[in-house]
Amino acid sequence: MTLHNGKLLALCVVTVIVLFVLQFVLPPYLTLALTRILILSVFAMGYNMLMGYTGLLSLGHAMFFAAGLYAAGLSTYYWGVTLPVAFLLGIIGAFAVSLVIGLLALRTQAVSFMIVTLMFAQAGYLMTLQFTSITGGDQGLTLPTDARSFGLFGFVVDMTSDTARFNLALLIFTVVLGVLFAITQGPLGRLFVAVRENEPRTQMLGFDTYAIKLTAFTVSGTISGTAGALYGLMFGYIGSSFAGFQNSIEALLYTLIGGPGTLLGPLLGTAVMTMLIDRLSGITTAYLIVIGVLLIVVNLWFPKGILGTIRDRWLGWLK
Amino acid sequence: MMDLAPYLLLAGLEGLVMASVLMLTALGLSLVFGVMRVVNVAHGEFYMLGAVGAWACAQFVPGHPALAFCVALVVAPLLVGMLAYLADWAILKRINYDPEGTIVSTIGMLYIIQQLTLMSFGPDARAVDAPFYYTIRTPWFGYSSYKLFTVVMALVLVAGLWVMLKRSKWGLVMRATQFDRETAQNFGIPVNRVYSIVFAIGAMLAAIGGVLVVPNQQAHYLMGGDPLLLSFVVVIVGGLGSIPGTIAAAILIGMSDGLLSVFFSPTAAKIFSTLLVAFVLVFKPEGLFGRSNRV
Repeated sequence: MTLHNGKLLALCVVTVIVLFVLQFVLPPYLTLALTRILILSVFAMGYNMLMGYTGLLSLGHAMFFAAGLYAAGLSTYYWGVTLPVAFLLGIIGAFAVSLVIGLLALRTQAVSFMIVTLMFAQAGYLMTLQFTSITGGDQGLTLPTDARSFGLFGFVVDMTSDTARFNLALLIFTVVLGVLFAITQGPLGRLFVAVRENEPRTQMLGFDTYAIKLTAFTVSGTISGTAGALYGLMFGYIGSSFAGFQNSIEALLYTLIGGPGTLLGPLLGTAVMTMLIDRLSGITTAYLIVIGVLLIVVNLWFPKGILGTIRDRWLGWLK
Repeated sequence: MMDLAPYLLLAGLEGLVMASVLMLTALGLSLVFGVMRVVNVAHGEFYMLGAVGAWACAQFVPGHPALAFCVALVVAPLLVGMLAYLADWAILKRINYDPEGTIVSTIGMLYIIQQLTLMSFGPDARAVDAPFYYTIRTPWFGYSSYKLFTVVMALVLVAGLWVMLKRSKWGLVMRATQFDRETAQNFGIPVNRVYSIVFAIGAMLAAIGGVLVVPNQQAHYLMGGDPLLLSFVVVIVGGLGSIPGTIAAAILIGMSDGLLSVFFSPTAAKIFSTLLVAFVLVFKPEGLFGRSNRV
């Protein structure tokens, strides 16, 4: 296998090393914030796979995040499975949901696709409310103490320890980054981009674009669900709000700000936005207004995001 | 089965009231989609602004509630229409009505309008007095005559809109723009101005719906979500951009949502609606009533 885009790989390695070192430099409060940023950027990276690389704008990715969150969280809450198994179940759950929704939603295009994904996600959100006796609804469920740690190869990993959480999040982030690097910089990634740039032409060249889109959709949903499963198990809480519209919009916004179609854009976008929202929610309860303003402003004047703009101006390999 | 009759009558009446308000908001959404080929996700917020406007009029206009109601029925839609016109000029024109960009931008507008209302109007639900109180007696229960007045108002407005679209010069211009934008432009129709006006009219229809509904249901900054969802259902089930289809679907959905909410939980009714939209778009994109549409 030949290595494509060595510069980007080097940048990814440096990013991971910097993130690892940060935990020795940052105060505990910021390390915790960085843990959240890492998990949410996995979510945004999954979203970016579909929106940035394949050009399909979904408004319902909270559904996949929540599929992972609930599959993992409920299985450990009700059946008491160990956390690694629950995590795996979360990934499988997200895979199944994204495959089924993808098969349906990909029959539509553009605006219809956006509405269909939005409606499926709303139905999912409403179901978490409808079955409150199981999911805990708006109040959510807090995972019991024996689901807050696990043993693996003789080590006990404690989910209430900030250090363990950070390093686990970084590990999953690194694995996902590696997988996405392999996909996006390889032949499959080129097909995704081909569909984004010109679907009829890709079809004319003999490719089954429905299958390509379904692959992108499923990979995207599964990665988003991986983030959900990790989030639920790590912070020991699962609730309806993760399935809500706002969660989908946040993934969209993180990707838009960082740069759609760039590998590291979602990380940057998530970091910028979560820090911004954290600051603002201390000042006003109406901080959501910032999300509204940014959606409009970015769409009007800054559609390529931070890294997308840098790529187009200076560094062509940043993709 | 004798006991069921009053429930059915009540659910039917409530469904009728709901259908009539829904007809107005859905026609607004449908008109915007039909002529401009864009989806306005902030549509429900224009409805909410209409309701909040009616509350504000009730606060500032002294005297009988009917007076405040009449003022609200004129002032609130006008202000909302101006806001929509402004939003169209400031945002939608600049992205050249790109369909996906419009959805993202109107989601932004949704958050801005909602949060500004939260900051000014506050988080509480507020009631507005009905313009008149007269209870119509049935053998089982009394029914508010204002609710039936809502139905009449909605029918009059929809008839007015229909005549405007089919008979007036402006209606012709709108239909021409809907049919073929480029040809319309070649014939000297100011397509850009038509777009702004259609966007404003769509918002005004939603705002009128909000004014009409607020004596029955309190004004709240989050009240735009449900009408947005149901308008979507109506517009998509009725066929995107088809006005007769929209009217038929509004009656069907309004009635059935009332019935579903009475017999099941409101959440179950909403799950049904969202899945209906999704499946109609996936399997029958021209709508259940519509002929296949030019896009």
